[in-house]
Amino acid sequence: MTTSATVATDQAPRPATIRTVSQHIVEFVSDSGEGAQTAGQLFGTIAAKSGNGVWTVEIIPAEVEPPARSRAGASGNRVRVGTKEVTNMGDTADIVIAFNEQVLYSRIDVGALKQGTMILLENKWAKSGLPGVPEAYAEALADFARRGYVVVEVPMEAECLKVVKDARRGKNIWCLGLLCAVYDLDMQHVEVELKRKLGKKSAEVVANNIALLTSGRTWGDANIEMRFNVPVEPTTQTMVVMNGNQAIALGAMAAGFEVCSMYPITPATSVSHHLASVFHRSGGFVHQAEDEIAAIGFALGCAYAGKTPLTVTSGPGLALKTEFIGLAVMAELPIVLVDVQRGGPSTGLPTRVEQGDLLSVLFAEPGDAPKIILAPATIAECFDFMITARKLAETFRGPVMVLTDANLATGQQPFPRPELKEEWLAPPIDQSAWDRTVRPYEWDPATGLSQRPIPGQRNGNYVLTGLAHDEHSRVAYESSINQHSMEMRSRKLATLLDSLKPPTVRGDDTGDLLVVGWGSTLGAIDEAIDRLRAEGHRISSVHLRYLSPMEPGLKEIFARFKKVMTVEINYSDDVNAAGFTAQNRRYSQLAFLLRAQTLCDVDCWSRVPGSPLSPSMIENALRTHLTKG
Amino acid sequence: MFGLKQDWQLDEKARHFVLEDYEGAAPRWCSGCGDNAVLSAVQRLARDLQLVPEKTVTVAGIGCSSRFPHYMKTYGFHGLHGRALPVASGVRARRPDLDIFVATGDGDCCAIGTAHWIHAIRYNMKMVVMLLDNNVYGLTKKQTSPTSRRSFTSNTHPQGSLLSPLNPLSVTLGITNASFVAQTVDWNPAHVYETLKAAHAHPGLAFVRILQRCPHFMDGHFQDIQDDPSKILLMTHDKGIPIDPSLKRLFKNQVVHDPSDLDAARRYADTQDAVPIGLFYRNEHAERYDLDTARGIDMTPQQRMKAVDAELDRFLV
Repeated sequence: MTTSATVATDQAPRPATIRTVSQHIVEFVSDSGEGAQTAGQLFGTIAAKSGNGVWTVEIIPAEVEPPARSRAGASGNRVRVGTKEVTNMGDTADIVIAFNEQVLYSRIDVGALKQGTMILLENKWAKSGLPGVPEAYAEALADFARRGYVVVEVPMEAECLKVVKDARRGKNIWCLGLLCAVYDLDMQHVEVELKRKLGKKSAEVVANNIALLTSGRTWGDANIEMRFNVPVEPTTQTMVVMNGNQAIALGAMAAGFEVCSMYPITPATSVSHHLASVFHRSGGFVHQAEDEIAAIGFALGCAYAGKTPLTVTSGPGLALKTEFIGLAVMAELPIVLVDVQRGGPSTGLPTRVEQGDLLSVLFAEPGDAPKIILAPATIAECFDFMITARKLAETFRGPVMVLTDANLATGQQPFPRPELKEEWLAPPIDQSAWDRTVRPYEWDPATGLSQRPIPGQRNGNYVLTGLAHDEHSRVAYESSINQHSMEMRSRKLATLLDSLKPPTVRGDDTGDLLVVGWGSTLGAIDEAIDRLRAEGHRISSVHLRYLSPMEPGLKEIFARFKKVMTVEINYSDDVNAAGFTAQNRRYSQLAFLLRAQTLCDVDCWSRVPGSPLSPSMIENALRTHLTKG
Repeated sequence: MFGLKQDWQLDEKARHFVLEDYEGAAPRWCSGCGDNAVLSAVQRLARDLQLVPEKTVTVAGIGCSSRFPHYMKTYGFHGLHGRALPVASGVRARRPDLDIFVATGDGDCCAIGTAHWIHAIRYNMKMVVMLLDNNVYGLTKKQTSPTSRRSFTSNTHPQGSLLSPLNPLSVTLGITNASFVAQTVDWNPAHVYETLKAAHAHPGLAFVRILQRCPHFMDGHFQDIQDDPSKILLMTHDKGIPIDPSLKRLFKNQVVHDPSDLDAARRYADTQDAVPIGLFYRNEHAERYDLDTARGIDMTPQQRMKAVDAELDRFLV
């Protein structure tokens, strides 16, 4: 198996060579609808449940049914498995299972493969009756050899047809069996997970899938020489494994939300899918509104009547919700809005990763609309932040925005199983009599905080309004009242800021370069910086979870480094590109904010590849800045 | 759960509410504005039904008539232009114990809020929706509204509006799951009162269009109908809006219309030569979304935690 383009045969088993590795990256790619995503997710779950560290990234086509054998149609999953915790998608794949050579090209185009990557490739195309296909396949094989990939041609469909009638449905599970051979997995565990995934499917379907799995394993054992072992470190911790959107859904349930009011939008929707399937069990329901505006309007109605709601959306939906977010700020209604960011502007890259909504979340509303903005950086934080967010929304009486992105949404990662606490749940709606001497917006001048009456509370009757209002909620046009009420709403952020601690610096707290990040880039930035530190560079990082109010102490931290820069997945002008200068250049979004906040000359490196940043991309970019000095 | 005191009903029975208990800020509508008559009808109805003020919520969008909540001494939500209905639906979602009145204008409901109008009718969550229709944008000072008559001259159509008016009644009666549709006129307080009373009793969303005078921008707009009772088509039926005998004498132009007959309701909604008032349609058995949205409100924290624990366990490594 050391030469490329080897055709494996199903003769006597070959002696296996086992290589132990600390981490490995596997990709499944197929045409859309062939099940590579399912197989990849399943492999990730199995690895996690065996005790490995795991990070998965979905490879998503832009259309539901793209044409077959097209680069644009590539669908699948990357699974990075490690002995220790895995925090990001890594760099290049070690093994790729591809159902045709064209979808593989989409991965080659984005630099997902390297010299030596092992490709397990469906070989039925060599004898395809479709015009041009055998030629394209042969051409690709020659090209792959030139590129130094190790190709193993696999008769996937032919083998599946020995087990089932329709190979298109089931090839993915056969390939999972193949991988079980490569990683010598315990088949009992795999079968348990497969059955769990099949859920309530008929006994016949389950039997077929088990037969496919077994067939793939047998073929792999007989024909594939290479074996990899990613050792597992024993742990006593009870872990769960899920993706970010599932973590948000479960976190919302654990936080005692009872209402999720939403409108379908990619990539946020799957939060509500997960919720819709189980929310009723904890007494909640998902309202699918007629549009994005109605979704938040309905949510604010719930908030007014005493139930802090959740709404989930992505960029275009966020834009439509703007006016109501302003009302939530003005009328001080608690609501948690999760924005699963995608590529923008406009319809942009609906299924892809971007951190492009920070400034619009902060500034979209007319006038001054101070609000709390959180950004979880891991799957576990997607869960935890829902509990924090509801409490903050109620304590600070206003909207709390939680920014995740498509990378967190679909990335699976194991984390310690949360132990639920009753105090996480929302308290019952207060229906006790209101003290009639307390005004509905009785702002504490020191904190800006006030208590709100809920319908049903006797003597609390007030009329909420989006107009400027005084402490009685009476419409007020007086300039002094407007100045004061604006100050009170802003003061709440200052109050929250007082309770926050400065962020932890990863690495030495002085040095040549400090990298600042936020959101899903945490793992990739950490890995890049660890590599550079290992080379002796004096580089550290800070990762922000609170973006409004901005975490305290940044100016002091920045002052201890020769240079500070952000790494983000949003657009900024590259100062080295023609036409841009240090003066006219537009900065990435966090850099823009940090410059304003700290008056430090914060630089940035940001890209919008439509995919997560890999550690090596970041490492290379940072190295340039380090050598420039 | 739900925070209701076990004995609250006993508590409430000891209270008696008078008109002042429902009177909020002094209305700032123009004198002669039809909104005043509607407000007064709602306040009288609340008193007569002894609605508990803190259990009553008025929701409105933006516009002249949407100032309505400020003038009630109940809880109120004066939100965004066009968005009263989603907010009211949200208020209802987890609160079957509240009485909800929505005030919306022809611009609010039939222009910027049209999508919500259609879907709120379909959701059929229990509330009274009052469309205060004066055929003009008043708050922004005389622009054409979707219900303005053709050739109406306004600041946006100084040469006269170009389109025939949208008919909110036939639109509403065309929406799947519409369950209560009525029309009345602000200058007939007895009929307004009886219509709102029937609307409040309805188990679902009751949509009441109220033709409403705007003396400031539309002086004399409905004068022809006011002056000539034959221009009103009074719909009567023993299952319809109760009619005072004096009204029966005043409005000679009458028709007996069974409000369970949807086809006939749609025909009367399209009446061209007179203004039909009364109950077009009522179906007390239409699907109600609020019965679904309220599920689980009485669950205990222990039940909730048990459910979340079970879900978490499904993801165990």
